[in-house]
Amino acid sequence: MFYREAGDFKTSYREDSQTFPIKFDRLRYYVVLAIAFGIVPLFINDYWANAVAVPFLIYAIAAIGLNILVGYAGQVSLGTGGFMAVGAYAVYKLMTAFPEVSIFIHVILAGGITAAVGVLFGLPSLRIKGFYLAVATLAAQFFLVWLFNKVPWFYNYSASGQINAPERTMFGVFVTGAQTSAMAKYMFCLVMLTIVALIARNLTRGTVGRKWMAIRDMDIAAEIIGVNPLTTKLSAFAVSSFFIGIAGALFFAVYLGAAEVGEAFGIQKSFLILFMVIIGGLGSIFGSFAGAAFLVLLPVFLKNVLVGTLGWPTDLAAHIELMIVGGLIVTFLIAEPHGLAQLWRVAKEKLRLWPFPH
Amino acid sequence: MNDMSDGYVTADGRQIGGVIMEMKNITLRFGGVVAIKDISFDIREGEIRAIIGPNGAGKSSMLNVISGFYIPTEGEVWFHGYKRGPMRPYQVARLGIARTFQNIALFDGMSVLDNIMTGRLTHMKSGLLAQAGWWWTGAAKEEDEHREKVEKIIDFLEIQNIRKTPVGRLPYGLKKRVELARALAAEPKLLLLDEPMAGMNVEEKEDMSRFILDVNDEFGTTIVLIEHDMGVVMDLSDRVVVMDYGKKIGDGTPDEVRNNQDVIDAYLGVAHD
Repeated sequence: MFYREAGDFKTSYREDSQTFPIKFDRLRYYVVLAIAFGIVPLFINDYWANAVAVPFLIYAIAAIGLNILVGYAGQVSLGTGGFMAVGAYAVYKLMTAFPEVSIFIHVILAGGITAAVGVLFGLPSLRIKGFYLAVATLAAQFFLVWLFNKVPWFYNYSASGQINAPERTMFGVFVTGAQTSAMAKYMFCLVMLTIVALIARNLTRGTVGRKWMAIRDMDIAAEIIGVNPLTTKLSAFAVSSFFIGIAGALFFAVYLGAAEVGEAFGIQKSFLILFMVIIGGLGSIFGSFAGAAFLVLLPVFLKNVLVGTLGWPTDLAAHIELMIVGGLIVTFLIAEPHGLAQLWRVAKEKLRLWPFPH
Repeated sequence: MNDMSDGYVTADGRQIGGVIMEMKNITLRFGGVVAIKDISFDIREGEIRAIIGPNGAGKSSMLNVISGFYIPTEGEVWFHGYKRGPMRPYQVARLGIARTFQNIALFDGMSVLDNIMTGRLTHMKSGLLAQAGWWWTGAAKEEDEHREKVEKIIDFLEIQNIRKTPVGRLPYGLKKRVELARALAAEPKLLLLDEPMAGMNVEEKEDMSRFILDVNDEFGTTIVLIEHDMGVVMDLSDRVVVMDYGKKIGDGTPDEVRNNQDVIDAYLGVAHD
């Protein structure tokens, strides 16, 4: 294999601390990017976009956001669904109030609004940690869903209580609404994910990321070497919620098109994304991708195998599928508690020496 | 050792400067327990100052007062000629006071390099937005500059080969060294070492002693250390404060302290009539 660092000398600190220090890795990364941007859009159809690609991209954004909070800064949160709802309702209000502004700007603004809400609900983290903090963020989840249900202003007094994404275009192409093509949905989410992943990587590789990890690993020592716990924890909540807000906005505007808050952004969503982060690997950007892929693809894969190949009845397959996914999660967590990212790291370590183990 | 207003010259011929920190009548109470009782002493620029005493004498509490983790119930802390008000520990760190811990307090999930880089964070300026931009906003450049300083410390402490190892995997002696590296990375004016040799074998102690002397010599860092190993303390330090039951019972050069009757009584015990 070409997965070697031998002969790949680093002559500057910049080269030494790059994301993919091994040449083969770097190459693979560019190839993946090229396929994602250049080849997939040509072949994508409605089924693949709606069942696999778009949910994967959006969940990956949310998982990166939650991973920053839970994996890097060590603050447990069960409010992800609620924060996604903030992003969705923010983008809805913005889209209906300022129809002439670009949807891209609306999505970013929705992220910003969610960041503000996230900081507000992050305030208890200054006093409480661990499970107690999880319970406090659970309050955010229930409160936010209740709020969007009870206050008609948020859904523009529509009779059904639902929000519907109006049609918006970018560069003359529909990206929201019924006429949107599979490719447009995919590309819009892909661009967002790429931006989010780059920002997340930049934040976590530098001094901000080290502050977060310091607070996670030992908060007292962190404070004594000069980390301000207040700003550090709240910045983690802000950045995390910003990404989750973007994910929520995309989930509603691009993917669902119409949403009812309790159904789309309930507590199940919080758990789903938390599972993605745990299964993928805490404190790893790659892990967020892996976790999102695992939990999005696995049900689709099982369904295809059970119904398509084995010919089982759909309802039976749906139930069995839930049981298999649940079982796999448990097995997986026992076998590799550090997630898919750790498996990947171990595999890479092995590959480095393969086929000569000594 | 009475009037030292312009510093003094140590036994090995180093010039010690003026007072940089002065503790004035420090008392620290936890409810009814008096951990420190009316203690005053000073720390001079460039010296190695030891605090010794039997278990439970209040040495670590004293160090915590200096590092701002505890706020004294009574008394004043003067640093560089200014009275230090009640501060949060991270604000004290920004004044240039760094410390290590008795039971290692490293960030286990991070590599050695990242741990030492956290020591630089009081010097690093780029905020969230600059970090997000990385290549375009100068954050990458700043990172490189600080990396260079950190690499010097890594060379100095001879830990090049474990640079990228997660700290959790290191043996005890190396962890202590990494912790020292992290404290040094902050370029502190005052370095507090809480039992730097605890639990080490003779060889590791010798290494650590050499590093402490080198740090003091090369960077001119003022060092306050707590240690139980009397041999180490007497060899390393220029002046020693002796505490017992929260009170100061001796203060002076190692020789003066060694011959102080109160100190001998505290360590060896004294017959009660």
